[in-house]
Amino acid sequence: MPEYQNIFTQVQAHAPSYPGVPLGRDRDTRERIVEPIHVKLLGWFGNAQIGPIYLGFLGVAAVFFFLVGFTTIGFNMLVQVNYDPIQFIRQLFWLALEPPKPEYGLKLAPLNEGGWWNLAGFFITASILLWWLRMYRRAVALGMGTHVPWAFAAAIWLYLVLGFIRPVLMGSWSEAPPFGIFPHLDWTAAFSIRYGNLFYNPFHMLSIAFLYGSALLFAMHGATILAVSRYGGEREIEQIVDRGTASERAALFWRWTMGFNATMESVHRWAWWFAVLTCVTGGIGILLTGTVVDNWYLWAVKHHVAPAYPDVWDPAQLVDPATLSAPVVDPATASAPAN
Amino acid sequence: MKIHQLIRLGLLAGAASLLAGCGERPPVDMVQHGYRGTGMAQVYNPRTVAKQADLNKVPVALPAAPDEGPRAKEIYKNVQVLGDLSVAAFTRHMASITQWVAPQQGCVYCHNPANFAEDSKYTKVVARRMIQMTQYLNANWTQHVAETGVTCYTCHRGYPNPQAQNGQKAYWFSAGDTAHKGGMLGWRDGQNEPAYSVAKSSLPNDPFSPFLLGSQNIRVQSQHALPMGDNEQNIKNTAWTYGLMMHMSKSLGVNCDY
Repeated sequence: MPEYQNIFTQVQAHAPSYPGVPLGRDRDTRERIVEPIHVKLLGWFGNAQIGPIYLGFLGVAAVFFFLVGFTTIGFNMLVQVNYDPIQFIRQLFWLALEPPKPEYGLKLAPLNEGGWWNLAGFFITASILLWWLRMYRRAVALGMGTHVPWAFAAAIWLYLVLGFIRPVLMGSWSEAPPFGIFPHLDWTAAFSIRYGNLFYNPFHMLSIAFLYGSALLFAMHGATILAVSRYGGEREIEQIVDRGTASERAALFWRWTMGFNATMESVHRWAWWFAVLTCVTGGIGILLTGTVVDNWYLWAVKHHVAPAYPDVWDPAQLVDPATLSAPVVDPATASAPAN
Repeated sequence: MKIHQLIRLGLLAGAASLLAGCGERPPVDMVQHGYRGTGMAQVYNPRTVAKQADLNKVPVALPAAPDEGPRAKEIYKNVQVLGDLSVAAFTRHMASITQWVAPQQGCVYCHNPANFAEDSKYTKVVARRMIQMTQYLNANWTQHVAETGVTCYTCHRGYPNPQAQNGQKAYWFSAGDTAHKGGMLGWRDGQNEPAYSVAKSSLPNDPFSPFLLGSQNIRVQSQHALPMGDNEQNIKNTAWTYGLMMHMSKSLGVNCDY
């Protein structure tokens, strides 16, 4: 008998392909196409069975729109390196499709001055929204709750605030992040610099707390279930109503170590809300930046969140160069020698 | 090999490679220069500092020359800028410039050896303009150079073309017309390539022209908490400021809070 309890998968069960629960509808067959295959390698990480799959109208439309947007970004990057495949790979992390310059505001800029950014953004956004609709419809079709699509909606909220809602409120597409790896990270840093350090934004604080909290909860929950799987602890759903020794040991462990324990059900509510609130609070924080608050550090000082630190240099001794009016004149024109 | 042995080996290899990535071994010196708790501290590696100190030795000044006797312009021809110096001071000045700017090449870097007075060499005309610039800075820009002033050595440091510092070039050329010309795709907006000028970041890679040639406002933050409609700076402008700051940080070998 192999040992089941481990941090790596020790046992891979081989079984005939399973098409999924019958729902007693005509659509069951045409919504489960492609004969399933089994991949042993995937079995080490998740389920070895691939398929049946179903894309349907929403899925095909989402994939189509995504590919159009993705190709738009990709070809712009490819032209930036003159179609050189080696430079494309070398510079890939630096390349980006930039939003238009500020002077275009919310108007559609010429294609090659940011217009492509609007088009790519439209296609990618359409793809994401269609994919959300597909997720919702699939969850309903299976008779599930719609928790997964609503969690996905939280991420879409943050995405829309960054790339659509806030730029519209600010009156310029140039406020939105570019499509690129390093460039969007530099955008993030520039955003924080412009608005006086985002770390003083209380919604950013909340978002970080929920993000790190999500990781902590995930680690605690995963570790707990693996630790009691030798007592059948992975059958969490049954144990919501019928605790059993695994649940009771796990519960006592946490009462011993931190005085309080979640239940087999509530731990999932904790995890869901932490993950969802990461994006919801983050989106609120971005939405308020520039529209309602212009300098988060000064806002935090005003509301006694942060102290006003003393100056590093004595302002009486240090002249602010911006207050000096003497311009430096080109010496060639100031006293031109007879040549 | 059992799985736990594999894990142990993997962890060991991982830790070793992480440490190797640090590049600098401890100990390092920390110098706090801001208010406590704000993290305003500079980290110096004493071994790197020792190497840098050797590279930054100021050359020994030539002995001062008396300000007596005839003026340079009375003795030499075509002395347009330094003519009011005494001949001795003028000669000392020329020797110093050679030491500061062209120690390898010597006088002939600027002068025609057959006729020191003529302006046939491009470098001589440039040197005259540079001397005028230095005089102007020392006389009229004391807010910046204070009583210390500048000399040729401040920038040249023994080379006709000032050498790169920490991979940052000591001079730049304006990128000129940066408008995109390559058809209807591939607009870069002056950024998004691994550029040495901005410490290999993807920030705008000619952050000099808008601030040093043009008059773009380098300050982007508001002086008050709420939007009052008086700060037109946007995120794109901020990226240019950020680019110049990265260049400075890299050139000086210090952090942003220096």
